[in-house]
Amino acid sequence: MSILEVQHLQKHYKTVVAVADVSFSVEQGSCFGLLGPNGAGKTTTMEMIENIIEPTGGSILFRGSPRDESFREQVGIQFQHTSLLNYLSVKETLKCYRQLYKNPQEIDWLMQRCNLDPILEQRNDQLSGGQRQRLMLALALVNRPDLIFLDEPSTGLDPQSRHYLWDIVDEIKADGKTIILTTHSMEEAQYLCDTIAIMDGGKIIAEGSPTELIATHCTTNTIKLPRASAEAPLEGLDLDYQADASSIFIRTANVDGVLTRLIDAGVDLTDMRVQSPNLEDVFLILTGKQLRD
Amino acid sequence: MASLQRIWVIFRARNKEFFRDRAAFGWNFAFPFLIILGFGIIFSGETFQRYKIGVFPQSADRVVFEETHLPSHLQTDPALDFIAIASVEEGLIKIGQHKIDLLIDGASADRRYWVNDASPKGRIVEQLYQAALIPRDNHGASRIAIDGTRARYIDWFFPGIMAMNMMFSALWGVGYVVVRYRKNGALKRLKATPLTAFEYLSAQMLSRIFLLMFTFSVVWFGSDLIFDFRMQGSLLLFLFTFFLGGLSLCSMGLFLAARGISEEFTSGALNFISWPMMFLSEVWFSLEGAPQWVQQLSWLFPLTHLLKAARKVMNEGGTLIDIQLECGLMIFTTMLFLLLSARIFSWVE
Repeated sequence: MSILEVQHLQKHYKTVVAVADVSFSVEQGSCFGLLGPNGAGKTTTMEMIENIIEPTGGSILFRGSPRDESFREQVGIQFQHTSLLNYLSVKETLKCYRQLYKNPQEIDWLMQRCNLDPILEQRNDQLSGGQRQRLMLALALVNRPDLIFLDEPSTGLDPQSRHYLWDIVDEIKADGKTIILTTHSMEEAQYLCDTIAIMDGGKIIAEGSPTELIATHCTTNTIKLPRASAEAPLEGLDLDYQADASSIFIRTANVDGVLTRLIDAGVDLTDMRVQSPNLEDVFLILTGKQLRD
Repeated sequence: MASLQRIWVIFRARNKEFFRDRAAFGWNFAFPFLIILGFGIIFSGETFQRYKIGVFPQSADRVVFEETHLPSHLQTDPALDFIAIASVEEGLIKIGQHKIDLLIDGASADRRYWVNDASPKGRIVEQLYQAALIPRDNHGASRIAIDGTRARYIDWFFPGIMAMNMMFSALWGVGYVVVRYRKNGALKRLKATPLTAFEYLSAQMLSRIFLLMFTFSVVWFGSDLIFDFRMQGSLLLFLFTFFLGGLSLCSMGLFLAARGISEEFTSGALNFISWPMMFLSEVWFSLEGAPQWVQQLSWLFPLTHLLKAARKVMNEGGTLIDIQLECGLMIFTTMLFLLLSARIFSWVE
């Protein structure tokens, strides 16, 4: 059952088309990810759905109906760029936001779920990046929402904080909440999302589960070789490959066959790696560029 | 339908921010107090309002009247201050720069004097000097001194300073904060909640007026201990006029900050509105005698109505009936600006 349906959503500014034509639906209880590079239109799409900015065109249905005043009571939002009231402690901030809703979550539950207990008396402007993100997540949960929007939730976090945040999101998923998140991290999308829509240039260019996307668009593995030692021997072989400053990438469905030819050509395989396809490869194949370009 | 609970929540949060921002909190008390103290000291003596007559040639620091031909009753006139000047050259420079109002050659028998035609005060002192030279007799006019307590300049000036401080605090304290919050995304976070623009703006306005009245009361009682203000009317009514004035100025600040994210632009807009208000609303000087259009223009400003009402109460003993027009106009501007602000308010960039 769909909790959200987006049809032909568009956002045009004077000289820029931020979102060209986006349609998708989100199943209740699932985690839906909008994956794409910076400037792909993910945040704009998200903020139109959140009712923060007005779409230029298209329709958005929440539980089968246009959004009304009760929408804000039923959704939780964690923005990518936002700020909180100065000089308030974490506890005061939670209390303040709780009181803006009709059916707020208990503070103890929020503290426990987002691990805020150690920083409860700290002021908002004294929090680290990870602590701040946990507070922002708690604020997104403060009204017991059915649908939660997370915009680049782990951007700027160190690996430990990022994994910690993912664990929290996992727990929220386990509670049966629906999550829509944007990310440019294929690792994050692959770890958290049931369904992924890959966006580029304001459009969705592919949609499906991570496994489906990889199986559909990327049937090859990648052999990675050091460029310095492998480039010269490869000259004589009839193989398609791509190279960056330090490495050579050979995409193939027949790893064994290619390896045999490389050995025969005398290529040094000491630092060779064979990589399974991932969402990064899918994006590269679909757009011809990397996610972080 | 506006939620009082949500207004209350934002009202409290904003107040906590203000009271915990020690620098802003301290300055809000210190600024009006320092201004009043400074001007009180300057204006408490009478020398500031006296006319200044330069007398030469004088070698001492003070004028030695025995060496001059000045009429004796002029020497003792309380409205005049005599300045000892060494030479005519020095005196001419001073009179050219309006540092003195009249220059007299005290040694010459033909009573020469110099006056700057560009100085209205100089022409008045000239008349005084010429009159002093005529033998005193009964000119047919009778002098009657007024009875009762005279109003001091500080009693007229105090409401002006407090209103000016309230204006700056209301316009910047509300307008600038809203723009800053819009720019850093704090408003966007609030937009994600059920809070409406009207609720948010009302809470901002009420919070600021609460803080303004708190500050005003502390500064009033502190200043009153020093200057012993002469309050002719009701103190409660006086506070009430400032409450209404604060509301209208806050709502004006909200209106100016209802859209946009540029602090520089907002600062310019706030300056554009506050400086004319400061000069045309009789903070520093009365507009009596000013051109009609200037007086009419001043009626557009809430500060004018606040000051008229406050001075009527403080200096003239006015009652609520006497200031009903000003109160009505302040309520009207408050509602007008608040509704317009809510209508055009933007939460995001």
